[in-house]
Amino acid sequence: MKLGLAIDLDTCVGCHACATACKQWNTSGSIGPLTDENPYGKDPDGAWLNRIRTFEVDASPHSKTVNMPLSCMHCEDAACVTVCPTGASYKRSEDGIVLIDQDRCMGCNLCSWACPYGARELDPGSGTMKKCTLCVDRIYDEQLPEDERKPACVITCPTQSRVFGDFDDPDSEVSKLNRERGGKQLMPELGYNPVNTYLPPRNPIQRPQGGSMLGKVKQIVNRIIKR
Amino acid sequence: MHPAFSVLIFTVTAGAGYGLLGWLSANQLLELWSISVAGQLTAGVLAVVLISIGLSASTWHLANPKNAWRSFSRFRTSWLSREAVFAIALYPIAALYAAAIYFEWASMSLWAALCLILSLVIVFVTSMIYASLKTIRQWHTPLVPLLFVLFAAMSGGLIWALLLSWSGVETSGLVNALSLLIVLTAAVKLGYFVWFRVPGNSSIQSATGFTQHKVSILDQGHSAPSFLNKEFMYDVEQAKLIRLRWVMFAATFAAPLLILCCLPNAFTLLLALLLMMAGLLTERWLFFAEARHVVRLLHGQQSV
Repeated sequence: MKLGLAIDLDTCVGCHACATACKQWNTSGSIGPLTDENPYGKDPDGAWLNRIRTFEVDASPHSKTVNMPLSCMHCEDAACVTVCPTGASYKRSEDGIVLIDQDRCMGCNLCSWACPYGARELDPGSGTMKKCTLCVDRIYDEQLPEDERKPACVITCPTQSRVFGDFDDPDSEVSKLNRERGGKQLMPELGYNPVNTYLPPRNPIQRPQGGSMLGKVKQIVNRIIKR
Repeated sequence: MHPAFSVLIFTVTAGAGYGLLGWLSANQLLELWSISVAGQLTAGVLAVVLISIGLSASTWHLANPKNAWRSFSRFRTSWLSREAVFAIALYPIAALYAAAIYFEWASMSLWAALCLILSLVIVFVTSMIYASLKTIRQWHTPLVPLLFVLFAAMSGGLIWALLLSWSGVETSGLVNALSLLIVLTAAVKLGYFVWFRVPGNSSIQSATGFTQHKVSILDQGHSAPSFLNKEFMYDVEQAKLIRLRWVMFAATFAAPLLILCCLPNAFTLLLALLLMMAGLLTERWLFFAEARHVVRLLHGQQSV
């Protein structure tokens, strides 16, 4: 198995719900707590496992705002695991999830240096490294109804821009989306072979010019929505 | 990269210590300078003290040092683990070497050879912690291990020269050799700065997947600096970096070279050493401050 996420950059609205759902689940999950320092003060600081950055792609008037959620890509060739001197960082052979054993981590930061995606953050409270677990304490939980055995970020996403599944299975939803939409790896030139893929925005659908009254109304509505 | 002071102290001090131990052991094998038993032991103890200061400094930057003992466990994959193993392995061997000097054992050359090899290996392994990171182009070059070894040999050699001149040994040959070493190291460092200007492969386009378009950041997603900002977005104005490069070249290479060429005596050699150590600390600070991690691309920087 090669578990990971396909993230749709076309539909992501940048609402940060995935990041807060992640924080809420994982702060009391198997790697928790995710400490916050000065949470209501001027400069709050704390460990988050998911960050959403917003980019402008292309130049005006063709520019597009793209929200890009960034969490661990669960790389197939994970340098964060090989650089770890204590063996705290490891990649599970059965499903490819990269995890950190909180009882072994000495907080040397080297794994965060090896990660190109900024997926690892040092917890200011415990002094250990924290990262996305793909909600390993959810996805195998047989107490949960089957359709809830997904990462918290995936369940919460209001636009269903995050899809969770097995990239090794060619018939899984993530594999299909990846194929059909031309999913992209980030920084492939570094050779870490990240599992998560990003589905690029689609071109707007060209609607046929409607001759009928209804067609004209649809055209006007589409124009308004586009704006 | 944020320059952690403990790591600067570690790499500079321990580097000089390993360098000094290397010169002491090399002298044992090649018998270039005849120095008294007391002089050899002083050099050995000084080397081990410098190494120990460095190694203990390296543990200050750990956020959870109670697990530091586990760092011996991943020798097969992690350069940091290899460094920990070799650094600890050196202690009993250095102790046996000291005993061999004191009791004049026949096996002295064997222990000297082991100390020499281990010192070289440890400096190389330390440099590989940095040079193995593909995410930081400024570190991912064979010049980094080469420079670390040269810096260790240079600073350790200067301490060795100082100890020799204090014991009244003729040092003109060593002073010439050190001058050459300083010129060579300066040339390699200059080469590093020239190579440095070539842009890397990663860009904001490859980092976001929009390889055909202009990409810029609108919002990094949080209002206050995160761990990533503090660790990787360390920014110093370019003018200050250039100024510090001049200071570094003057203190590390030019001034000690001038002293070695013009008037090397016990006092001026000490001055040269102090200048060089200050210069090497600046060098190591620049090594971090000028290193740009690819995560900066995801925070809006166009290239690294």
